[in-house]
Amino acid sequence: MSNKSQKPDTNHSRRKVIKTLGAAAGIGAVSNFSPILFPRAYAASEPIKIGAQFHRTGIGASYGRWYERTAMAALKIINDEGGINGRPVEIIVEDDGTDPKRGAEVVEKFATQHKVDVAYGTLFSHVVIGSSPRAGELKLPYIVVSEGHHVASGKLNRYVFQPGITDVKSQVISMAPWISDNLGKKVTMIYPDFAFGHDHRDYFSAAIAAQGGEVLEKIAIPPTETSFTKYFPRIPRDTEVLYHVMVGPGVLTFVKEMGQHFGSKRPEIFGFIDSLEAVDLSTPQLEFLEGTHFWEGNPRYAQTNQSAHDKLFRAAVGVDDNGASLNDPKDISTYAHMFGCWETLFIIKQAMEACGYSGAADRPAFVEAMEALRNFDEGRNHPQGSKVFNPQIHQSFGHQYISKVEGGRLNVKHKTSIEDGMYEAEGDYTKMPL
Amino acid sequence: MDFGPYLFLATLEGLVQAAVLCLTALGLSLVFGVMRVVNVAHGEFYMLGAVLAWWITGWFAGNPAIGFFAAIIIGPLLVGLIAYLCERFILRRVEYDPEATIVATIGILYILQQTTLLTFGPDARPVDTPFYFRVEFPWFGYSGYKLLVIGAAVLLLLLAWFVITRTRLGLIMRATQFDRETAQNFGISVDKVYATVFAVGAGFAAVAAVLIVPIQQAHYLMGGDPLLLSFIVVIIGGLGSIRGTLVAALLIGLSDGIISVFFSPTLAKMVSTMLVALVLVFRPQGLFGVRSRI
Repeated sequence: MSNKSQKPDTNHSRRKVIKTLGAAAGIGAVSNFSPILFPRAYAASEPIKIGAQFHRTGIGASYGRWYERTAMAALKIINDEGGINGRPVEIIVEDDGTDPKRGAEVVEKFATQHKVDVAYGTLFSHVVIGSSPRAGELKLPYIVVSEGHHVASGKLNRYVFQPGITDVKSQVISMAPWISDNLGKKVTMIYPDFAFGHDHRDYFSAAIAAQGGEVLEKIAIPPTETSFTKYFPRIPRDTEVLYHVMVGPGVLTFVKEMGQHFGSKRPEIFGFIDSLEAVDLSTPQLEFLEGTHFWEGNPRYAQTNQSAHDKLFRAAVGVDDNGASLNDPKDISTYAHMFGCWETLFIIKQAMEACGYSGAADRPAFVEAMEALRNFDEGRNHPQGSKVFNPQIHQSFGHQYISKVEGGRLNVKHKTSIEDGMYEAEGDYTKMPL
Repeated sequence: MDFGPYLFLATLEGLVQAAVLCLTALGLSLVFGVMRVVNVAHGEFYMLGAVLAWWITGWFAGNPAIGFFAAIIIGPLLVGLIAYLCERFILRRVEYDPEATIVATIGILYILQQTTLLTFGPDARPVDTPFYFRVEFPWFGYSGYKLLVIGAAVLLLLLAWFVITRTRLGLIMRATQFDRETAQNFGISVDKVYATVFAVGAGFAAVAAVLIVPIQQAHYLMGGDPLLLSFIVVIIGGLGSIRGTLVAALLIGLSDGIISVFFSPTLAKMVSTMLVALVLVFRPQGLFGVRSRI
């Protein structure tokens, strides 16, 4: 039984509640509108926010952790040198689980919750395809560090860019002549069965045919596959060159089982270093790779002609001359890809400074400033090498490296020119409305 | 490759699959047969076996065989201990109620999986084979270790058969499976039997994972596929029948391996799932049914 008091409850009187609510609303209003009420003072200390969509988990996890480390290393340099337009830069990282659906949600979160200025960092091609449309709808500049041909195809939207890393079509076009001249003309391809792998399948088939060669068999493997022996019997006996590119957590198993299957009776092998990213070349059972060649986006092992920029890059990110983490020699980096995160961050800075970026209202101006970029010279900001940016397809073209496994390390044998990888633009983003 | 060698390779791959599947499904079948509960976290005990194998082999430098033998003994024991704790503090609390156990084991699944993600990380990590030699057939090479996995699985299954049919412990387990109340009347501590069986079931899954981890790698999501396949095997073989489980594991493992090599892995999975559907429609008690005892 309750004992109802007749006295008025002064602690919770209606007047007090309304007063408190009014005060709270007042504070809320002031803080929301303070950038307008106190524009100069507020904006100067307000950091520029860059949303970083990294694969912290999922099949791209090994790339994601190195992308994050590289981005943070570049961020430190940018902030030490005064930030962008006098404002400090903040990177907000979100995990997309290497999942396209989650990627779209992350883009939404960046735009509506974190309210970032631009978003960047996506790698796996299926996530790029799944996330980019949302970025376009939200008019959020989305600068990816993938290798898929999808940005350059002209089929995404005007807010998506890939200025810091080359794409698969360009890579395979520059590889095909060397493979045809040095290894053989009858090729069997093994690639992962998703967007990135399909780019390899389609563009390399065309490129090798242009050299007078042919692809005998195309073997597509799901990126989540854990056991690969069952695919090797499909390799035709008259294969001259086995072309492999694999991604996902099972890449070490893939390469090991390839060695078990062939032994010393192997065809010539040309691989993309993706099959070995974050994998130690000195792992037992990888000896059969000795003498085979790999495409490298950026040489993992420091070469005899190592540039000062590569030295600085390695020191800043924390890898040694073998491409392994300074803290743990067993933690091998994804060296052929992670430079893209570094270079892209500096490109974002360059474009923001060119247009005097000050806030979200300047995003269209940022897009136009990006489209005004042309050449990136090799240097501290671009340690992988010089690049040429094509504004119509929002894609950069650069140098590729062909390395040979000798004595348990990769030595660069050939560096392609930027022209070797050029192709006709298939679309024109600049003609699309903003 | 010509048809003959192709079939030979497919059969070898199928036998490796079947070997690991036999061990994993046996664990699940024991738990269901004796305790009459569905353990949805079974795949995670498998995954823990692999992850612990990576951890334990990391303690030993030098000859990888030492680390591996330590892992195959200590790993399943540790997983059994974790399973025992789950049984003691979670399953016993819900009194083995069928629906509650399913929900509880789903919860255990997520806790184990995400804890592994937080500690072990999202990467796949390799474990060295205890020894490496390559068997050179005229048409292809094959890993000698894989052949050993088949042998080791056969040995372990024989050991399990021996314990279940020839020892007192096995007798007690079979008695509890046959009639729980009568077993209690005879002075058998059903609680202790349940705890032991749950731990042993998890231990079998862990052993299978330790055997497979040098071939694949340890990854925090690797428990999903074995869970699905184990359920398929146990349903097709007949819930509660050990013999049925083994026959079904052999059938599914071989067909999966052979169809994967000749056609595609997706088709192999489709065939397994269709077999389950057919069994459930035409012979719901499974190939060997509940009434069969070993």
